[in-house]
Amino acid sequence: MQRDFVLRIIAKLLIPYILLFALYVQFHGDFGPGGGFQAGVIFAAGIILYALVNGFEQAVRLVSPRILPPIAAFGVLLYGGVGVVSMLRGGAFLDYNLLAHDPVHGQHYGILLIELGVGITVASIMLTIFYAFMERNR
Amino acid sequence: MELLGQYNYWVVFFLMMTGFYVVIARGNLVAKIVGLNIFQTSVFLLYISMGKVSGGTAPIVADPGSLYSNPLPHVLILTAIVVGVATTALGLALVVRIKEAYGTVEEDEIYAQDDPPHGSAPALAQGSETATADSAGEARR
Amino acid sequence: MTHLIDIVLLTFLVATAIAIVRLNSLFAVVMLFGIYSLITAGVFIALDAVDVAFTEAAVGAGISTVLMLGTLALVGHRQAPQQHSRALPLTVVVITGVVLLWGTADMPRFGDPEAPVHQHVAPRYIQDSPAEVGVPNMVTSVLASYRGFDTLGETAVVFTAGVAVLVLLGRRRRQHRDPGSSGD
Repeated sequence: MQRDFVLRIIAKLLIPYILLFALYVQFHGDFGPGGGFQAGVIFAAGIILYALVNGFEQAVRLVSPRILPPIAAFGVLLYGGVGVVSMLRGGAFLDYNLLAHDPVHGQHYGILLIELGVGITVASIMLTIFYAFMERNR
Repeated sequence: MELLGQYNYWVVFFLMMTGFYVVIARGNLVAKIVGLNIFQTSVFLLYISMGKVSGGTAPIVADPGSLYSNPLPHVLILTAIVVGVATTALGLALVVRIKEAYGTVEEDEIYAQDDPPHGSAPALAQGSETATADSAGEARR
Repeated sequence: MTHLIDIVLLTFLVATAIAIVRLNSLFAVVMLFGIYSLITAGVFIALDAVDVAFTEAAVGAGISTVLMLGTLALVGHRQAPQQHSRALPLTVVVITGVVLLWGTADMPRFGDPEAPVHQHVAPRYIQDSPAEVGVPNMVTSVLASYRGFDTLGETAVVFTAGVAVLVLLGRRRRQHRDPGSSGD
């Protein structure tokens, strides 16, 4: 695996674009196909490709498995936090209309934030699961 | 077209039964999980087929007056796919632990270790060449 | 034309599924499952579900397959030959399948705009969501806004499943290197 030059160079070319594409899917999900679930999975797939080509040690140096569970929890809390903020502003849980002066703007902010929470959680959980299997394989 | 009006549903149920067959007929736990995934995908197809409207387009706002397919099944299945991979991973993790505890992922061999025929339990546990024979004994308790 | 693509892809899907049942090598089964997922993503596109196709291609053909291969590396790809008779499972499957196929006779025709599924909340989502939520992609507006509670629950399920995998395959191995000591 370490000696496969073609694979390594192609992966090196592809990985930045995969990660960039994940961010595009994340933030353009309102207008075209995409959203937090897809972006999270694509982002995780980029890192997984890196780990498969360069080996587990290198991947751990890039993204440590230790920081992933707190990040995943942060994603869920960000989602729930948006709901709590809308409650504090006098609405129902997850009522985005109250997040800004204009209800449609509020909806935009709400959707952006909760999609971000979903994306963060999905990406870090997929990576956590992959690392758990990789670690057993060593 | 009239004749093939239900073709999607026929295929969905065929695939569903294929997955079901793999789950109940194969003894290997990894194969069973693949079978469950086939079953799951057929359910996804069933939902998406029901959401399709003839002549419709993807539910992203385009020209006014366009005909859109039903977005609701898409939403349900979109989240179900991601939850599905998470639960598949959980199932695979269980398979890995079963392999470590029993030294096998074949259903019959696991049953044989749990209910040894005619009191041959100690012989079986010690006779097994797997490195995890001890933990197999432990798991039987 | 769309129907034709749909029918051809579904036929591919059936062929792949039959190959999965007939093959004995687990490695081949897992790789075929990846192909199966990719074809499913194609069918989803033919059925207008672009977001779903996107997810299925990334998850089913990508991550699921990698995880299954990782499992095979741990448990081996040897599969014991089938010892039991296939008659009983085959009977159960055929009977269930025939009942389900019989049920399709009452289902609305594929693509029928008058089907009950299109009469309940969907018209509201399609007509009002651009004005109410202001997001062109209706799937996003239904997912994140109208069904926000549902999505919060799904996110929590993904999180819980990840934590459960960590509990099962946690990093206990790291401390003691002995490969045989799965006990404490």
